[in-house]
Amino acid sequence: MLEVRDLSMRFGGLLAVDRVSLDVQEHEIVSIIGPNGAGKTTVFNCMSGFYRPSGGKILFEDREIQGTPDYKISRLGLVRTFQHVRLFSRMTVVENLLVAQHRHLNTNLFSGLIKTPNYRLREQKSLDRAAYWLNRVGLLDMANRDAGNLAYGQQRRLEIARCMVTEPKLLMLDEPAAGLNPAETRELNQLIISLKEDYHVSVVLIEHDMSLVMEISDRINVINQGRPLASGTPDEIRHNDDVIKAYLGEA
Amino acid sequence: MNAANFKHALFCAFITLIISYPILGLNLVSAGTSMGLEGASTVTIIGIFMAVAVVFLFQLCRDSAMAKLGQLPRPDFTSNRPPMTEKTRLKIQNIVILTIILGASLWPFIASRGSIDLATLVLIYIMLALGLNVVVGLAGLLDLGYVAFYAVGAYTFALLSQYFGVSFWFALPVGALLAALFGLALGFPVLRLRGDYLAIVTLGFGEIIRILLNNWTSLTGGPNGIGGIPDPTLFGLEFGRRIKEEGNLSFHEFFGIAYDSTHKVIFLYLIALVLAALTFFAVRRLMQMPVGRSWEALREDEIAARSLGLSRTGVKLSAFTIGAFFAGFAGTVFASKQGFISPESFVFLESAIILAIVVLGGMGSQFGVILAAIAVTILPELAREFSEYRMLIFGAAMVLMMVWRPQGLMPMRRIHIELEKQE
Ligand SMILES: Nc1ncnc2c1ncn2[C@@H]1O[C@H](COP(=O)(O)OP(=O)(O)O)[C@@H](O)[C@H]1O
Ligand SMILES: [Mg+2]
Repeated sequence: MLEVRDLSMRFGGLLAVDRVSLDVQEHEIVSIIGPNGAGKTTVFNCMSGFYRPSGGKILFEDREIQGTPDYKISRLGLVRTFQHVRLFSRMTVVENLLVAQHRHLNTNLFSGLIKTPNYRLREQKSLDRAAYWLNRVGLLDMANRDAGNLAYGQQRRLEIARCMVTEPKLLMLDEPAAGLNPAETRELNQLIISLKEDYHVSVVLIEHDMSLVMEISDRINVINQGRPLASGTPDEIRHNDDVIKAYLGEA
Repeated sequence: MNAANFKHALFCAFITLIISYPILGLNLVSAGTSMGLEGASTVTIIGIFMAVAVVFLFQLCRDSAMAKLGQLPRPDFTSNRPPMTEKTRLKIQNIVILTIILGASLWPFIASRGSIDLATLVLIYIMLALGLNVVVGLAGLLDLGYVAFYAVGAYTFALLSQYFGVSFWFALPVGALLAALFGLALGFPVLRLRGDYLAIVTLGFGEIIRILLNNWTSLTGGPNGIGGIPDPTLFGLEFGRRIKEEGNLSFHEFFGIAYDSTHKVIFLYLIALVLAALTFFAVRRLMQMPVGRSWEALREDEIAARSLGLSRTGVKLSAFTIGAFFAGFAGTVFASKQGFISPESFVFLESAIILAIVVLGGMGSQFGVILAAIAVTILPELAREFSEYRMLIFGAAMVLMMVWRPQGLMPMRRIHIELEKQE
């Protein structure tokens, strides 16, 4: 469903991403790994429309999307989280999820001002969806807290829930396990697998936690200094000499 | 009180001296064709040195004084209260607001003409502040040219009535819509701007509108302004002693009562009250709607908002447009109340005062903003004797408020939304 062909991104003199290719099939978890500064986040930023790539193509469901504005890409069903959590901190947890559903509630101004029955119905639906996902990530009791007051792990889960209420087709997670303790990482593991199994979204995952990556990925892409180094199943990657030398070896 | 403090205080005192001495301590005297300098009276000189001493002492213990001020108790009537559900909260709010409105609509019949006039002004400021609260408090867009939309509303009515003899009731929606259109027009060039840059451009926009009104003499009368703006009519009943427009009846003749100029003032007050209430309820509703939430989302984190499919263009433009709309309302009422408007009424200071109301009240908090609008409009009137020092007192009050209670009089409280438990 997603195809990245020879993606390049240049910042001035720095070629941060150099002809990276990537394939994601339906119901698949694909990981991108590589040392810090390898260009992983930059690949995400190109895919999600934050940057216009300097070269290459990105196809989502056979549509070229490189250079499409970010908000349009997310409306296509390609939604991401951030390496550094980005919540609407001074809004409550539910409100964070309601903001994300604005498209489901996209009625005109007046039906909202006078609360037509149709508007109420949609509003109730978004509340139900929010409640469902809060329950799913174990934050239902926190529903009316300010998002900024949540513990770090909870913020991470809220960010994922916030993506899920938009009912995406493809979810991009940028280092979701960073800063989590082992127990939380295990939970996250379960959650990501369940997103694939139960909610039929594909996941592209950037992660440093190798055990997590090896356990849940269907395929792994390794990049090093912006260049693709290897790709394959977890087993292939584990035994790839280049990878061992460049990445696993030094870690 | 360490050495750094002492040095800083000395420096401040010195600055005070070199600024105030040449201005106050030296007088220019003309002797025939030439000018001469002359020292001021001893009293002035003593005054200057006392001021220098005060500045020195204040700066010397500023840190501890400000810290003490910061520690003063901050009465917060809401923080200890257990959170309410959305429904109860809205119910209580409605009861409070409706009681206030009821009281406010009966009050003018026992109040003096002057105080009703002042209250109308307060209501106009409430409308303005509630509108600006959308832009600054909710959407987080620092708009220093808000008064421009107020001017557009007022001038729309003034010009329409002057050239086409249009009535208040027709001009009210037209003025608001035109102001909204100007809001939209301002929105486009500033889409990419944030923070300081946005503030500067909106400031410039406000000045452009004012200068345009000032210089387009053939249309707007320039600095002379436009007079003879008609009063609103009550279903065709006029409030003047004599009928101005053919075919209308006058209010006092229709009801067979004696002519009283207060009727008009009360009527205008009631219109302003209704419009202010309308603004309040409309904005409160908007805050609970997707648009309102998207304003706040953009304020909180623009990148995250965009990553969830919110278009920055749409969100910002809607905030500017809706905020400007209410300023247009206020402008039309203002024009009608004054009967005469000129660019003088729409200077930058007005924008600053409206912004001060929003900040004092507590960004995003509607009750806070109303409270601050009342305080900022009425207090200067009560302290008429000090009118020369108005801005000085205003500035000092602002500084003290920001130290004592940076989040405003009544910080915004978020609505609690009841979710049905999932099984
Ligand atoms: N907006 C930008 N401007 C300039 N350089 C950037 C920008 N974004 C990323 N880079 C550079 O691109 C390289 C890759 O960064 P990044 O994609 O964040 O790496 P990773 O996520 O793999 O740790 C780094 O050297 C970084 O400094
Ligand atoms: Mg990164």
